[in-house]
Amino acid sequence: MRFRPGASGLALLAVSSLVLTACSAGSLGSSSDSSGGSVQITYLIGNQDQDLKNAQQLVKDFTAKNAGISIKIETRPAGTEGDNIVKTRLSTGDMPEVFNYNTGSLFQAIAPQKNLVSLSDQPYVGNLDDNFKNTVTADNQVYGVPVGGFMGGAVLYNIPIYKRLGLTPPKTWAEFMANSAKIKAAGIPPVIQTYGETWTAQLFVLGDFHNVAATEPDFADKYTKNQAKYATSPAALKGFEHTEAVHDAGYENKDFASAKLPDGLKMLATGKGAQYPILSGVVANMIATYPDAGKNVGLFALPGDDASKNGLTVWTPGANYIPKTATGAKLDAAKKFLAFIASPDGCKSQTTAGAPTGPYAVKGCALPADVPQAIKDMQPYLDKPGASSLALEFVSPVKGPSLSQITVEVGSGIRKAKDGAVRYDEDVKKQAQQLGLAGW
Amino acid sequence: MTTTSVKPQERSKAAPAASAAGSKVYRPYSNWFFLPSAIIYSVLFLVPTFASLYFSLTRWSLFDSKFVGLDNFKLFFQEPALVKGFTNTLIYAVVTSGSKVVLGLLLAVLLTSQIVARGYLRSVVFFPVLVSTIGVGLTFTVLMNPERGLINGALSVVGISGPGWLTDPKWALLSVAAVDVWKGVGLATLIYIAGIVSIPREYIEAARVDGASSWETFRRVVLPLSRPATVTVIILSLIGGLRSFDLIWAMTQGGPGFTSDVIASVIYKQYQAGFYGLSTAGNVVLFITVTAIVLPLSWFLNRKEVDM
Repeated sequence: MRFRPGASGLALLAVSSLVLTACSAGSLGSSSDSSGGSVQITYLIGNQDQDLKNAQQLVKDFTAKNAGISIKIETRPAGTEGDNIVKTRLSTGDMPEVFNYNTGSLFQAIAPQKNLVSLSDQPYVGNLDDNFKNTVTADNQVYGVPVGGFMGGAVLYNIPIYKRLGLTPPKTWAEFMANSAKIKAAGIPPVIQTYGETWTAQLFVLGDFHNVAATEPDFADKYTKNQAKYATSPAALKGFEHTEAVHDAGYENKDFASAKLPDGLKMLATGKGAQYPILSGVVANMIATYPDAGKNVGLFALPGDDASKNGLTVWTPGANYIPKTATGAKLDAAKKFLAFIASPDGCKSQTTAGAPTGPYAVKGCALPADVPQAIKDMQPYLDKPGASSLALEFVSPVKGPSLSQITVEVGSGIRKAKDGAVRYDEDVKKQAQQLGLAGW
Repeated sequence: MTTTSVKPQERSKAAPAASAAGSKVYRPYSNWFFLPSAIIYSVLFLVPTFASLYFSLTRWSLFDSKFVGLDNFKLFFQEPALVKGFTNTLIYAVVTSGSKVVLGLLLAVLLTSQIVARGYLRSVVFFPVLVSTIGVGLTFTVLMNPERGLINGALSVVGISGPGWLTDPKWALLSVAAVDVWKGVGLATLIYIAGIVSIPREYIEAARVDGASSWETFRRVVLPLSRPATVTVIILSLIGGLRSFDLIWAMTQGGPGFTSDVIASVIYKQYQAGFYGLSTAGNVVLFITVTAIVLPLSWFLNRKEVDM
C-alpha cells in the first residue's frame, strides 16, 4: 500500500518526461541559435540541384554584405511530398524564417493570410513584375519575392536535327505532326516523353493553355466557377488529344514509359531525340551537363490550331516567404534577405549560380548576353503583346493532383483522351471543394 | 497493444467480485499500476481512432475543419481509382498470400530434410525479410528496367524479349507481387519449419512402417499437422497484402497511370493532395474492409483447427 503514491509519481514522471523530450528538441535548437551577437536564420528550399546552387550563391552574396547575419540552408523534397512538409511545418509553427514555395494555386492552398508575413509595406514591392505579384497576392497583400526567372512551358528542340532535315519551328499542330513524321522517317524519335517522372507528362495539356485562352478568353474564370470543363471545352480538350496523338502515331522514344527527366535531356542534347515538351526551367541543368546544348537546343511554344494566335504559356517563378512564426531580430534578418533577393544585385547573384530559366520578375534585372538559345527563343513571345499567357494554375486556384498520372495513361495508350479529360474534371472537383470555392 | 491492455481490464472487472467474496488474493497489482499503459494506450490509440472517425465526417485542412456529414464517404466511393484499387488490392493479397503458402511450405519441407548446408540455406531464404522494403523496391526497379535492366538483359541472352515489368499495365502489379513474395517467403518458410519440426517423429515413423510413400507421408501427416502454421501464414500474409503499400510505392507509385494502385496508395495520394477528410474516410473504409475479411477468415480457419 505504501508504494502506491510512489508508483503513480513514477508513472507520471515517466509520462511527463516523454512529453517533455518531445518538446525540447525544437526549443533547444532555437535557443542556441540566438546565442552570440549575430543572428542566424534558416532558409528552406527544394532539394533540386539547381535550387540548391542558386540558394547557396544568394546566401553567400547576401552574407558578404550583411556581416551580422548568417543563413543556414535546409532542403526538402520537391513535388507533393514537399507540399506536405510545407503545410505540416506551417501548421505546427515549425517553419524556418524564410522558405521557398510555389506561387499561384499552391500558394493559395497554404492559407497565406493566416500563416505568412505580409510584404506589402516593403519598398521593393513596386519593382516586382505585375504578373508575378498577382500570383503571390491574397486579399490585396503581397507575400512573396521571386526566386529564379519566368519559365516557359514549351517544346525544346534539337536545332542541328531541324537544320539537317530542313525544318522550321511549327506554329500549328498540323505542322508539328508533319515535322515529326519527317524526323521519324530520318530514324530519330520525334517526341521525347519521360513517364518515369510523371510530372513531365503534363506539358501537352498545361503548356497548351495559351492556345486555350486565345480561343476561349474566359475559360479560366468559368473554370474556377465550375462552368467550363476540360472534357466539354473543345479547345481545352486539345491538350489531351495531342498527348494521345503523339502516342498513337508512334512518335515517342522507345523507352518513354521508364525514361526519366535526365534521360530525356540527354536524348535531346545529344540528338537521340528531336523535340521535348517540358518546362524551360530544366535548361540550366541540361547545360550544366551538356554545355553544347546552350546553342544546340532551341524552344518553340506548343502549337495550336491557329498560327496567328500561337503563343507561349508562362510559369511564374517560385517565391520566398516568411512565416508568421518568425519574430524579432530574425524577422528583420529575413526581411533584409528578401529585399536583397528582390534587387538587381539578387538577380546578378542568381545569374552567377546558373543559366537563368527566363526573364527575371524584378524590374531592373537584365539577362546576361550569353543566355542559352532556348531562353533567347522565349523573348519574342514575351515581347509581342498577346503572344504569352500565364499558365492556368496561376489564374485559377483549381488544379487537380492526378493530372500527371492521367496524362501518363493517355500518353501510354491506356486511356482515351476524352476519358482522361473527364477523369481530370472529377479530380479537380475534390480540390475545389477542399478549397471551399463557390459553385462546386 | 490491444491484448496487453485488455487483460488488465478484465482483471480489474473481476477484482470487485473477488473482493466481495472477501479475498484480495486475485488482485496482485493496484489500479495505479495500470495507469501508464492506460494513458499511453488511450493517447496514442483510442483518441486518434475516435478522432479519425470524427474527422472522416469533416473536410479539414491542417488549419481548420468543416463538418460535411457523409460527403467524404460518398466521394470516396465515387473515386474512379477506387474500384481499380480494390480489385488490385484483392489480387495482390491473394496472389502474394497464396504464393507464400505454397512456396513457403515447399521450401520448409526442403529445409527440414537432410540436405547439405541446411543452416546456411535457411538463413539465405530468410535474409530478404531483414532487408529494408524500400531498398528492395528500388533495387528491383533497376533490375526490372525494360531497356537497361538485368532481368531483361538476361532474358535477351536466351532470345526472349521481356516485357516492361513495371511499365506495362498488364505486368506492373504482378511484378510487384512477385518481389513481395521474394521478400516475404522467408518468414512463411520460417513459420512452416517451426510447424514441421514440431510434428512428433513417431507419426512419420509410424506412417513409414505402414508403408506410406514420401508423398503420402507429406499428404497425410505433414500437411494436416502443419495446419496451425498454414493458418498463421495465411492470416499474416493476407493482412500484409491487404494493407501493402511501401513496396508498391517504391516500385511503381501506383503507375503506370493508376494501373497498379491499391487502396493504401489511393489513400496516400489523397493525403498528398491535401484531401485530408477524404483520405481519413478512406482509412476508415480500409479498416472496416480488412476487419470484414480477416475476422471471419480467422474464425473459420481456427474453428477447423479445433475440429481436427
